[in-house]
Amino acid sequence: MQHLGFSHNKIKIGSFDFTCCEGCQLQLANRESTLPAFLELLDIRNFREISSEKHDDYDIALVEGSITREDEVERLKTIRSNAKVLIAYGSCACFGGVNSLKNRFPLEESVKEVYGEKQIDTLPVRRVSDIVHVDFSIPGCPVSKEEVERIVVSVVTGSMIGLPKYPVCVECKQKLNTCLFDLGEICLGPITRAGCDAVCTTGKTPCLGCRGPAEDINFTSFTELVTEKQLPVDDMNEKLGFYNCFEEFRHDKS
Amino acid sequence: MTKVDCNIDVHHLTRVEGHGNIHITIRDGKLVEATWAVVETPRFFEMMVRGLSAERVPFLTSRICGICSISHSLASIRSLERAMDIIVPPAAERLRLLAMHGETLQSHALHLFFLAIPDFVDTPNVLPLIKSHPAIVQSGLRLKEAGNAISALTTGRFTHPVSLVLGGVSKAPEKKALAALKEQLEGVLPDLEATDEFCATLTIPDFVRETEFVSLYNGRTYPFIGGDLLSTDGVQKDENDYLAMTNEYTEDFTTSKHTRLSRDSFAAGALARFNNNRAFLHPKAKETAAAFGLEPVNHNPFMNNVAQLVECHHIVHDAIDMIDTLLDDPLSELKTPWKPKAGKAAGAVEAPRGILYHCMETDETGKVVKGDCIIPTTQNNANIHLDLKALAAQALGDGKNDKEIQHLCEMAVRSYDPCISCSVH
Repeated sequence: MQHLGFSHNKIKIGSFDFTCCEGCQLQLANRESTLPAFLELLDIRNFREISSEKHDDYDIALVEGSITREDEVERLKTIRSNAKVLIAYGSCACFGGVNSLKNRFPLEESVKEVYGEKQIDTLPVRRVSDIVHVDFSIPGCPVSKEEVERIVVSVVTGSMIGLPKYPVCVECKQKLNTCLFDLGEICLGPITRAGCDAVCTTGKTPCLGCRGPAEDINFTSFTELVTEKQLPVDDMNEKLGFYNCFEEFRHDKS
Repeated sequence: MTKVDCNIDVHHLTRVEGHGNIHITIRDGKLVEATWAVVETPRFFEMMVRGLSAERVPFLTSRICGICSISHSLASIRSLERAMDIIVPPAAERLRLLAMHGETLQSHALHLFFLAIPDFVDTPNVLPLIKSHPAIVQSGLRLKEAGNAISALTTGRFTHPVSLVLGGVSKAPEKKALAALKEQLEGVLPDLEATDEFCATLTIPDFVRETEFVSLYNGRTYPFIGGDLLSTDGVQKDENDYLAMTNEYTEDFTTSKHTRLSRDSFAAGALARFNNNRAFLHPKAKETAAAFGLEPVNHNPFMNNVAQLVECHHIVHDAIDMIDTLLDDPLSELKTPWKPKAGKAAGAVEAPRGILYHCMETDETGKVVKGDCIIPTTQNNANIHLDLKALAAQALGDGKNDKEIQHLCEMAVRSYDPCISCSVH
């Protein structure tokens, strides 16, 4: 393929899923109009959901999902040793994601509730970086295909990669949305990393922080805003805990 | 004739959602064992919903599945609205049904073109087809894109809906965008015809194992959201009696539960919907069914692919009609205010892969105290498992070798379009 007149080799890529809904890898099959061009860039070596071919030589491993069973730990370590670059994508891989809500309960209680007396192997939910070194993270629930495309193309062409540092509020304001705080809703837009195009707040539902904290956030000021507006603190805590993204900032966990 | 002696061991079947294994053992030309084992890691959604506010629950349960997130969201919403007696404005109901159409169309197109068709033309994935059959791949992409466009306009994005909320929908689509969507849908009608023509050239394996089919039924329309539960063996129950319709039990060899009704297993999905509701399909969809010789009650699991194609016709035509109705609606009343209340009810929807139940119980503050989800693929797993035994035995009798038996069995599993991580939610 050609980029600015330079030719590049196809990049060998694998996509791997752990405990998750597989919604992130599904995004890779979206944006149908650019799909054939995007695929042209890649040599897909291992992508179980769309292809029966399996090979263990890949430069980039895209890893989706959180880690919740011992065999997943081993599989993840093997993938790490095969890959030159490991990219965690999606909120489950990056933060544990909604799966982490399970960690609020003792494991035995969860197994008993769902399976009765049957024995089931399960561990507390962990993120990918708890197990192996992660070279780059693409957060989001689900990830934005546009962002994944941009980052994969940047890796192929050796360009700079990065995520927006500013919060969702910036993108939300650009869309001229009415602030949800003004409508009496707690929204995590002021503290969450942008790059989602403020998709939830544009749909008039509050940001639940799936992309994790923006850089240099003022968390104290955010909690003060909630109390100043006399909004329910337990609602704020439920939202902060939803994707397990704000644990480092939370001291009064509930 | 040499006697076949082999072990077929497909560890993590490809081109399906989630992780499942096929094991087949043949000794001296006799089938010893055939199993379909789900090995997916459970996530424990039924625990995760506990203690959460009702309004947050659909945003959590949509994450059960990346392909059918709208169905999960709406199953939770329906369950909670019934539990707390929330009445939804008619225009919001219509937008929700349109959202379901979007999801079903993208899901069926993804399955048919990316996951199933490669089997029928013997390629490992869709990529070789981009070169060998560019026109039909483009048709598939346009159909999938049209489905996604419906989801994006009605729910805010393709996966994990934003604007489906308790009481209705949080945002009205713009009329201009609705009109453009209608044009896009009219634009894919020729793609449906092209898919019919292409699929008519494929050979659908000849295999029949009589089974029971379960789907929603309302006696008026092709069902997607709510209604009675109906089986082809004549069982009919109220939505709230879903436990008596599923009878979940655990098996040692699989992390997914199994279900049964009148027989050892039953099937859900496009073929089940068709078998129970053919009369309510759009005339164009009926034409396609007739062209493929699909008539109720059809017991060939491979025909689920054809039933999905038939539904794509129905959905596109029905969506066009629904957009006409929505264009005449002021879309001003889309959400009913509601108060939390203690209650419990089931919500059933037809997800792309079949009937899906959520049942939520709330306390007087609107927090969920107990949740239950029964997934279409969970309901299909026992049927798939039993199909594999019958299919492997039949193939063996037909003198097929191990490679051919493996190929057929993989195709059979894929025909159900299993959503495995869903089934082990």
